[in-house]
Amino acid sequence: MTSATDAPPTTWHGIFRQALKDNDVRLVTYVPDNVLRPLIDGCHADPYFTTFPCAREEEAVGIVTGANMAGMRGIVMMQTSGFATLPNALASLPVAFQVPVLMVVSERGTMGEFNPGQAIVCRTMRPILDSMGIEHHTVTRLDEAAFMIDRTIRQAFATRWPACLIISPLLSGGRK
Amino acid sequence: MTDSTDNLHVMNRAALTKRLVAGLKNREAVIGGIGNSNWDLWASGKERGENFYMLGSMGLAAPIAFGVAIAQPNRRVFALEGDGSMLMQLGCLSTIAAQKPKNLTIVLWDNGIYQITGGQGTPARTAGTDLVGIARASGIASAAWAADEAEFDALVAKALATDGPHVIGVKIDSEPGRNQTDRDPIRFRESFMRAMAVGV
Repeated sequence: MTSATDAPPTTWHGIFRQALKDNDVRLVTYVPDNVLRPLIDGCHADPYFTTFPCAREEEAVGIVTGANMAGMRGIVMMQTSGFATLPNALASLPVAFQVPVLMVVSERGTMGEFNPGQAIVCRTMRPILDSMGIEHHTVTRLDEAAFMIDRTIRQAFATRWPACLIISPLLSGGRK
Repeated sequence: MTDSTDNLHVMNRAALTKRLVAGLKNREAVIGGIGNSNWDLWASGKERGENFYMLGSMGLAAPIAFGVAIAQPNRRVFALEGDGSMLMQLGCLSTIAAQKPKNLTIVLWDNGIYQITGGQGTPARTAGTDLVGIARASGIASAAWAADEAEFDALVAKALATDGPHVIGVKIDSEPGRNQTDRDPIRFRESFMRAMAVGV
């Protein structure tokens, strides 16, 4: 994909993919999402990554935890409502065992949401992350994206703690 | 091997866990599912670094084992999972079938009850659900019930010698696990990671 050229990526998803490579994150598990589609597609198309969909977010957290303990770094990609299924799995597995499971969540339920269920579940996301002490950052601007994504990933591995990057509609354009 | 649940001999999880672990000669990883699956694994050899003891993430033994299998394709990996746990994460059978990890085996201990919470029957028992049949229908071709101990040994030998993924179903009695694990996740993770850092 981008390896043919040395020009730095200019899209949020290109920047994200490059940050994964710079930090040796090779395993990409996801539950499908429209906003994350260019990131997921880019990972599928790039042989650097092992990329596949999971039936459920908890399952992906288990897979990435196991892979990490066996020496392969990974990330779970999901939407906001999918994240809301995770508290028990996160608390009892990567948080309790201190395994740096990376997560990226496309933020839905804010800034023009049309679905009341999505709007309510969105409000649970940051309190859940905060309650477990999981570092999270919301990426809103393209000029900050490379720094925020790279440093968040780096810190997760350095401190052996899960971390979550939230992709704001301000960055992605959100669901049309 | 055995395709249906008719005429299956009811076996003992503790005895078969010991039998399985004693036969592992190549630093195979073993991931214990929540509760009794874990406790019998602990009793089978708590000094074994390649064993991983889950805490509360019910249903995630097979996904964790699958992750280990992806990271280390040359190491064989076993998940020991209860029927109630498997019922919570049936979707992972499709995920695993889709990726075809050659080095992964799921051992399914099926006693039809949520033993640790008071022995309530699972909906699968009431309905007559065949969990090995579900694994096969999910796309895992090498999925079979072990009719008795000898067949269990033969299925484990097959799992150690041929490409997976494999699912081995075992009807077990309702004897509870006897030796509870320590509750020390950091120590478990560190000893498992040290063991995984040694090649096979």
